[in-house]
Amino acid sequence: MRGWPRRGSASRGLTWLAAGVAILLVWTVLYPNLFVVLDSFRGEAGATLEHYRRFFDSRSEMEAVWNSVWLSLASVVCAGLIGVPLAFLFARGDFPGRRVLSGLVSLPVLLPPLVGVIAFLFLYGETGFFTRSVQLLLGMEEAPWRLNGAGAVLLVHAYTMYVYFYLFTTAALSRLDVSHMEAAAALGASRLTVLRRVTLPLLMPAIGGAALLVFMTSMGSFSAPYVFGGGFRVLSTQIFASKLNGDIGIAAVETIVLALVSILFLAMLQRYEAQREYTGSGKGLGRVRYGERPSKRRRVALSVLAWLIVIILLLPHATVLLVSFVPAGTWTTELFPPVYSLDSYRKIFSQPQQLTPILNSLRMATIATAMNVVLAFASAYILARKRAPGRGLINVLVILPWALPGTVLAMALASTFSVNQPWFGRFVLIGTGAILPLAYFIRNIPLVTRAALTSFRQLDPALEEAAASLGARWLTTARRVTLPLVLPGIAAGALLAFVTALGEFVASILLYTHRTRPISIEILAQLRAFDFGAAAAYAVLLIILMAIAFVFGQRAVGEGRGGI
Amino acid sequence: MVELEGLRKEYVAASPSAPPTLAVDDLTLTVERGELLTLLGPSGCGKTTTLRMIAGFEQPTAGTIRVDGRDVTRLPPQKRGIGMVFQNYALFPHLDVQDNVAFGLRTRGVSKAEAAERVEAVLRRVELAGYGKRRVQELSGGQQQRVALARALAPEPPLLLLDEPLSNLDAALREKTRTELRSLLKRLGMTAVFVTHDQEEAFALADRIALLDAGRLQQIGTAEELYHRPANAFVASFLGRANFLPAHIRTIGVDSIACEVANRAHWEVQRTPALGEVAVRDRVLVMARPESLGMYPLEEDGSGASLDGIVAERRFAGAVTYYVVQSFGGELLIAGDPHEFEPGARVSIRPHGPVFAFPDRRECVRPEQQPGQR
Repeated sequence: MRGWPRRGSASRGLTWLAAGVAILLVWTVLYPNLFVVLDSFRGEAGATLEHYRRFFDSRSEMEAVWNSVWLSLASVVCAGLIGVPLAFLFARGDFPGRRVLSGLVSLPVLLPPLVGVIAFLFLYGETGFFTRSVQLLLGMEEAPWRLNGAGAVLLVHAYTMYVYFYLFTTAALSRLDVSHMEAAAALGASRLTVLRRVTLPLLMPAIGGAALLVFMTSMGSFSAPYVFGGGFRVLSTQIFASKLNGDIGIAAVETIVLALVSILFLAMLQRYEAQREYTGSGKGLGRVRYGERPSKRRRVALSVLAWLIVIILLLPHATVLLVSFVPAGTWTTELFPPVYSLDSYRKIFSQPQQLTPILNSLRMATIATAMNVVLAFASAYILARKRAPGRGLINVLVILPWALPGTVLAMALASTFSVNQPWFGRFVLIGTGAILPLAYFIRNIPLVTRAALTSFRQLDPALEEAAASLGARWLTTARRVTLPLVLPGIAAGALLAFVTALGEFVASILLYTHRTRPISIEILAQLRAFDFGAAAAYAVLLIILMAIAFVFGQRAVGEGRGGI
Repeated sequence: MVELEGLRKEYVAASPSAPPTLAVDDLTLTVERGELLTLLGPSGCGKTTTLRMIAGFEQPTAGTIRVDGRDVTRLPPQKRGIGMVFQNYALFPHLDVQDNVAFGLRTRGVSKAEAAERVEAVLRRVELAGYGKRRVQELSGGQQQRVALARALAPEPPLLLLDEPLSNLDAALREKTRTELRSLLKRLGMTAVFVTHDQEEAFALADRIALLDAGRLQQIGTAEELYHRPANAFVASFLGRANFLPAHIRTIGVDSIACEVANRAHWEVQRTPALGEVAVRDRVLVMARPESLGMYPLEEDGSGASLDGIVAERRFAGAVTYYVVQSFGGELLIAGDPHEFEPGARVSIRPHGPVFAFPDRRECVRPEQQPGQR
């Protein structure tokens, strides 16, 4: 009495596709980590637990684990305290200029991690604008603070990660049914009670999701602790240090610990996401506010506050731009640079080798994104079908890279692709131009696949059935109906992936060679050479490239979406 | 033309211990060439599953489907050559009207020029000539419905399936469209199977109706047959309004039986296929349409031919007026003239049209099985 096995081309094609996708994912996502695990057990005389013993016995290692955890928790709290109120202010507030400002607040998405870090250096570092202003204002001999240690890292994290809370909460607020709040108010609840008993509980899934995301990002964060950490150790920087010291065993153990903590939190995030889908099913309403309009004075005050916040949040962008016009060696003790010129830019564009990092980044990001698009389409195509073979495996593998911080991934790739064993799927890619695109590709698999999957879920299955009933074969349907309809969604995801890959730093620093160095590495190199102008100029060019990609992409997506 | 034989569809339950859900149970029926057949039934009765099995989107657990004498049970949908109109039309949003309609022609390898010609011809048939370059989102609901029809018709399929084709249209348009749809399909000589849950739509569209409930075919026949000669109590109550009265059999004739209704009135009642073998004193349910019952001023002649009742309510319903009457057999709905009776009037009720006998749900307690009753 069981159903007949489905025969015919549809099922066979799908099986082949699923097999291909699964093999590719296992090879890129899962397989390299195997070698990290092997490395962690490899001693001079065969298998050993020596590295684990050393790790768990070492006080500094334990300190790094503890630091990573509490710093991430503190980052969640700080970023949440900025992001959630901001979301309320811009989604619910009623003041002039709200729409423009709410767009500007999400701009730090466009700030690559390393650029954000150096912007902070120029702003709040010992010789930064803000620090020196305070120093001059108070007539102090020395800088009032040093941007160093845990506090500095936390500051950078809060600044760069509040965006998650802001975007998640804004989205949840727009989905919120105002009638819930109105019902509570009609039952006699005060505004505060409504907020505490109705609004916040309804937002909890979104806020929880953002919190887990920030925790994971913070656990994997490398640039901020690397630049500002000083003696403050965290796991991601320890991995880098161990690898530079040639202690591959310890580096592998550190990598595994970091990956396991991240995977744990990813699993929690997945559960939260499931809930979020559930609560998000309510109908969104046009109205987002309830109650009466605030007085004019209040609205002006709100507007001023909003402007102030936006200026503070955008100061890093402005700083980088300003510093990029400062020629090397001209700015010493003055509060503001005395000389401005286009020297840094001229240097970059006049010397071919100075342009190399930019071309490298563009080329590698393009290659990686192209691979991401193909894989995302194929895997989302499979994941959208309930009866596809290998669905469970693919589902896990496409989100796993999320839980693997850049340092972890770089370590895994370095272990796997430094040996030539074609029969085991290992090739020498280290030192070639292929390793960085591969790393960018793997890091962005979750992003693009999720975007593609969202498009697939919005696709009416009747459309594919209609094509089949009109005689279209499996491949024809995929090409002529499915692909054109999900392309806008995939394009949006690919765009974000491209932008992320352009500014990627964490995996790059472990895998680059001089010939293949991306922009982020060049920024660091110029910084080390104390040519701040050149470093900032590269950062500005990077931001401009990202903005161009963003605007163009969004236009393309917008046009495509007109069809849906 | 279409032959379904012993068609069965089970869905595996979510947990392995739970029994599978039976969506379609041993369905056998035939659609003649050029016939418009409607699968009608309440939601969850298996009508859509049946349609999707004919189209090839669902695989039957058992049974065969033959189209034009060819066994298509295991063919994938794209090899069946059956046209389908979807409930939400499923028009390709990234293609204009012309490319939507041409889709099925192009997949069959029809040349561009020929396809364009045939598209124009079929658009003319659905009165959308000149709409080829429009985007499908620009069209009204009724126009979209006609594009969906044109797209399904363009490859000239031998069989057309329509899944609630009119349910997304507003009431006024729906009535107009169903007449047009029927006359178009008749003019083309199409064989078509519709799915609907709306009996009025089924009556207007179909040559024959197959009424399904709980995955089983209850009755198949013309609208008149189903309405006037319902095979069982479900058919009677699903189509139109029906009164059910408890009764037991007094005498058994060839076509009809004499019943004592509500232990009072002696009525002549028609047998139905569902009734099967019966014996005197068996309990039955007597079904009467509102228009088959007549009300008369209370007469106390003692002949036992009528049931007494009190008019509880009068409901104006346009062409007829319904009276809700409390009787010894329960609450009855009776059609009458507008001002015949006032609420509170005492009346005698007698059938003046056909009434039917169905097996009583409590038929297992047959009198002879209870010792001491005889």
